Amino acid sequence: MSFINYSSREINCKLVYYGPGLCGKTTNLHYIYAKTSPDAKGKMISLATETERTLFFDFLPLSLGEIRGFKTRFHLYTVPGQVFYDASRKLILKGVDGVVFVADSQIERMEANIESLDNLRLNLTDQGYDLNKLPYVVQYNKRDLPNAAPMDQLREVLNPTKAPEFEACATSGAGVFDTLKAVAKSVLTELRRGQ
Amino acid sequence: MSGPDVMYPEEQQQMSLVCARLTRDANAKAVLLIGRDGQPIADAGDVDELDVTSLSSLTAGNVAATGGISKILREKDFFSQFHEGEKTHIHITLVGGRAILVVLFDERSSLGLVRLRVKKSSDEMVRLFDSVAKKAAAKSEPSILTEITDSDIDNLFND
Repeated sequence: MSFINYSSREINCKLVYYGPGLCGKTTNLHYIYAKTSPDAKGKMISLATETERTLFFDFLPLSLGEIRGFKTRFHLYTVPGQVFYDASRKLILKGVDGVVFVADSQIERMEANIESLDNLRLNLTDQGYDLNKLPYVVQYNKRDLPNAAPMDQLREVLNPTKAPEFEACATSGAGVFDTLKAVAKSVLTELRRGQ
Repeated sequence: MSGPDVMYPEEQQQMSLVCARLTRDANAKAVLLIGRDGQPIADAGDVDELDVTSLSSLTAGNVAATGGISKILREKDFFSQFHEGEKTHIHITLVGGRAILVVLFDERSSLGLVRLRVKKSSDEMVRLFDSVAKKAAAKSEPSILTEITDSDIDNLFND
């Protein structure tokens, strides 16, 4: 849930990157962190296992500029993608303002993508959210790989509602900031409309 | 879903005063008031060298995780936590289910004193949060969101 602090003149919003294990959620945040100027970011926190799999969450605070004298701050979180971390995913989704679903374009990961998307819908519903009404963007990551599924196939299965979507290669950064801008803009627009 | 959480200058200032008083009365190093979603709200004491943003996010994650544990154990919630360090200890309390009060202390204080002082401060914080909620519900203060236009949002994202 967004937080407007009239004292410090800040608008704070929460974005969550969701998707199956090893799809590139953490890589998205690493790239954003690496390319953001020091005065626009805070420290990136990663609660991970020894093998660098996300255990609880990654966290990255960003400042995206000012609107009407209010600083806009976004807190980016990733969830752990492995199936058995569902309890943690539910906790991290609490208070979400916008969601990025990171799909793994590899054809072999189609089933995992579907399972993760279903899981996202279910966990949001459990908390009173409707994915069809929440600011939501789909990212098709790993477009550079030779075994990447065709876009129309991914789109048909993973984005039937035609949410804004972006092709990406998080390791090189392609599409990462486009995705972030789109979901952040959608969150602010929705916040304004809600008044 | 309901609208955004808000904080107004008057209540923020009073919360900061409560934090400052608690820091003094509990002989604490620092006191932080954090939203349950990890947003820092107010603080007092030695916070200049502290990464308040990260600490707030991690504390909220910690509280969320222990809240998940409490549900599995069919407990309502774990109202407080205490973690003992070598030099600095941390006491974490839920405040009215809406916020988290964090007290950092060392050998100059004690867990008993912190617990005692936190109780009174928590009650004050609950009253202040109630005041904020009433103001927000009454919409007696103008909302910045009514001033923001689509152009403002577009301009934020133009390169």
